[in-house]
Amino acid sequence: MVLLTLMALVVIGVVRLRNLFAVVILSSAYSFLMASVLIVLDAVDVAMTEAAVGAGVSTVLMLAALYLTKVEEAAPRHTPLLPMFVAVVIGAALVYGSVDMPNFGDAFTPVNTHVGSGYLVRSIPETGVDNVVSSVLASYRGYDTLGETVVVFTAGIGVLLLLRRNKRSRSKD
Amino acid sequence: MSEPLDEILNVVVGNFNQWITIFLMVAGLYVVVARGNMVKKLVGLSIFQTSVYLLYISPGKILGGTPPIITDGVEVYSNPLPHVLILTAIVVGVATLALGLGLVVRINEAYGTIEEEEIFDQGSDE
Amino acid sequence: MRVDVVLRVVTKLLLPFILLFGLYVQFHGEIGPGGGFQAGVIVGACIILYAIMFGLDRAMRVLSVTAVEKMISLGVLLYLGTGFAGMVMGGEFLNYSVLQHDPVHGQHLGITLIELGVLVTVAGTMVAIFYAFAGRGR
Repeated sequence: MVLLTLMALVVIGVVRLRNLFAVVILSSAYSFLMASVLIVLDAVDVAMTEAAVGAGVSTVLMLAALYLTKVEEAAPRHTPLLPMFVAVVIGAALVYGSVDMPNFGDAFTPVNTHVGSGYLVRSIPETGVDNVVSSVLASYRGYDTLGETVVVFTAGIGVLLLLRRNKRSRSKD
Repeated sequence: MSEPLDEILNVVVGNFNQWITIFLMVAGLYVVVARGNMVKKLVGLSIFQTSVYLLYISPGKILGGTPPIITDGVEVYSNPLPHVLILTAIVVGVATLALGLGLVVRINEAYGTIEEEEIFDQGSDE
Repeated sequence: MRVDVVLRVVTKLLLPFILLFGLYVQFHGEIGPGGGFQAGVIVGACIILYAIMFGLDRAMRVLSVTAVEKMISLGVLLYLGTGFAGMVMGGEFLNYSVLQHDPVHGQHLGITLIELGVLVTVAGTMVAIFYAFAGRGR
């Protein structure tokens, strides 16, 4: 609960600051806080990934992009009343909806009683893998993971296409 | 403690994580819509995305449960399925973020700015 | 690129351990937390750290751009190949139980191969993206 509140405070900082360098560093801190929250929520695999990806690699990429562009953000020209209004209305609607949601940590919600608990029972006899997250990721949901791998592949190819200078055009410069 | 106060406290504690999730989501949305700077927009987008991680993971937590790694003598595990979905989403998220940053870099080379408004101004001059 | 000597020495000391930790996360992923995605990011981050500290040229001598680009597609091919191997052996696409005589052993082999494919693709992509950004700045 403390961590969640801290996260909200960091986000307020991200929204208000105009120095992009500070924004990137704050979002890195935000990722670490998110990783800690995920550990508290028992998602150790996800927390590991978030700490490595969110706080490590994406911060490096953001800094690299900032190095190639500008660090200071221009002052906004419009008063942000309309976006603020839209955001507040959507937030209010979501909070209104959340009151009917099941309480935090309840074991008998629909989320926890159908497929997920089935995997917990089936993993050891069918695959012999202790870490259920691994077995579901690689075996039961192999198609999903294949799709995600292909997305990563496509994004990598896209970045290479966008940013790589080929030898011929470099010699022309 | 009096009965209605108890009930309100119950609602607050039971839904606090969802409210924070909603706040993060709305803040990300606000940054994406209201700010013209493209790097800032991408940061907002990734805040929106991390709020979705929280939205998926927190219903899967069971109080008194442990991480879903089968161990002797442990009965209650948290739900592994959301973890799997979000695990892949994070890596895809950084890949798409990199693609977005690549686009921003190219836009900066073409227009000399990463502010949306200034790019629109250049377009209307021509 | 001149960087502080303390940082250089500490980086040099840390690099093998980061790589080793990446491999541990990869192959211990069936018992503890970990798997291909995390290990891929850690291995990629190791190369990126090397490139930041010792310059892009030296990093590219360790792992050339062509090698990285081949890694990206090799991982996906390894994944797809495992899927098709299941088909050839008489099961469905991505059914690992038929890869060996014992279904559990087959699953074990299939999961290991697939995680390896994920590792190669993710590590390759991370390094390739970093090379692309860093090479642009020169």
